[in-house]
Amino acid sequence: MELDYQNMIGSIPLFAQAAWTTLWIAVSGVLLASAIGAGCALSLYLEWPFLTRPIKAYIEVSRNTPLLVQLFLLHFGLKVEALPCAVMALAFLGGGYMAEAFRAGLEAVERSQVESALSLGLSRYETVRYVVLPQALISAVPAIGANVIFLFKETSVVSVVAVTDIVAVAKDLISLYYETAEALIMLVIAYLVLLTPICLAVWWLERRVKHAVFGR
Amino acid sequence: MPFSGADILLDSANLARLAEGLIVTVRVAAVSIVFAFVLGMLIGVIALSRGKLVQIPYQIFLQSIRIVPQLVWLFLFFFGFAKWLGWNWNGETTGIVVFSIWGTAEMADIVRASIGSLPVHQTQSAAALGLSRSQIYLFVLIPQAVRRLLPVSINLATRIIKTTPLLVLITVVEVLKVGQQLIEVNILTNSLAAFWVYGLIFVIYFLICFPVALLSRKLEARWSVQ
Repeated sequence: MELDYQNMIGSIPLFAQAAWTTLWIAVSGVLLASAIGAGCALSLYLEWPFLTRPIKAYIEVSRNTPLLVQLFLLHFGLKVEALPCAVMALAFLGGGYMAEAFRAGLEAVERSQVESALSLGLSRYETVRYVVLPQALISAVPAIGANVIFLFKETSVVSVVAVTDIVAVAKDLISLYYETAEALIMLVIAYLVLLTPICLAVWWLERRVKHAVFGR
Repeated sequence: MPFSGADILLDSANLARLAEGLIVTVRVAAVSIVFAFVLGMLIGVIALSRGKLVQIPYQIFLQSIRIVPQLVWLFLFFFGFAKWLGWNWNGETTGIVVFSIWGTAEMADIVRASIGSLPVHQTQSAAALGLSRSQIYLFVLIPQAVRRLLPVSINLATRIIKTTPLLVLITVVEVLKVGQQLIEVNILTNSLAAFWVYGLIFVIYFLICFPVALLSRKLEARWSVQ
């Protein structure tokens, strides 16, 4: 197999620019998803009335439908513009996964922790803020990390709603020059460059907080 | 009119075509799940061995599959290998191969983790009682591992099902592609066709995945107290 290296090097600026789009969608999607997930998990934990059922329904719907179908429905069905649509769909999908991660973290905090804090005279707010949350967040780190990597990889489908991410660039190069091998190799390299630092960061963070879990 | 355009879903010919597409989706998912579970268990048990000869290739296999998005794997097999190696697989075969390989890697890791996390004293006690190596696996380790394994592997099955819409990008006429075709035919007369058709497909996926996810959670809750 002869590779056209000239062409591969020439396509680097295109991939670099598209990588920013991919990164931008992933980062804003993950941040929004985390905010939604944290909000949902916390309101479930505090048992806010009227919100429990809708939030539980949202978590099930977002986790049990594919991102691609969510994107199609948002973009073609509800006519949301391409870039906001990509971010919204990722936030919708990720919100459910993040809610589950935070919820598991909150549930991992033992009941006696809350009881002790309350009997020491801490208010309900103080108990959640200074006793429950720090422990819950730390035990949720592995699940959150896995979700971040998962969501990042899921961004690969956003080109279906005409977002110029790295997959779109690879597809364009294939249809323009028929240099399939070159474009696909560049695509894999682009994902390795984007994802390896994130995987390493998640792995490092997981090891870093391993010893912080209370009582272990 | 809030429900204008919904009649696209009332046409039985349209629904029949969507059902045909759904059969393709389910076929790919089912075959991939079977391959992934069988091969995954085999590789997972092999990966329990701590030797470098096993661990290094196993980790390379697992991590390289995990770090590349499934869509990119589909493109590599469908567009790439067709040209480089002269493989002329159609989209459906490519989908089955890619989802099986990916599922095998994930399943192997689940099996390895669930057998590997059993306490060592289980093996030691069984050995002290005079059980042979195969008896230890068959009567002591595997029955306990299955309890940890089953909920997670059912979860993996829903993940495989939720990945099948990607097939639309490698020319497979599955449920989403049929939906696109229905919308294209009706778009001039029905401006809300996309909303109703994609809405229905959204609901179909939920109705398939949600009960399976529920089953996985039920099993997990029942077996978590040991």
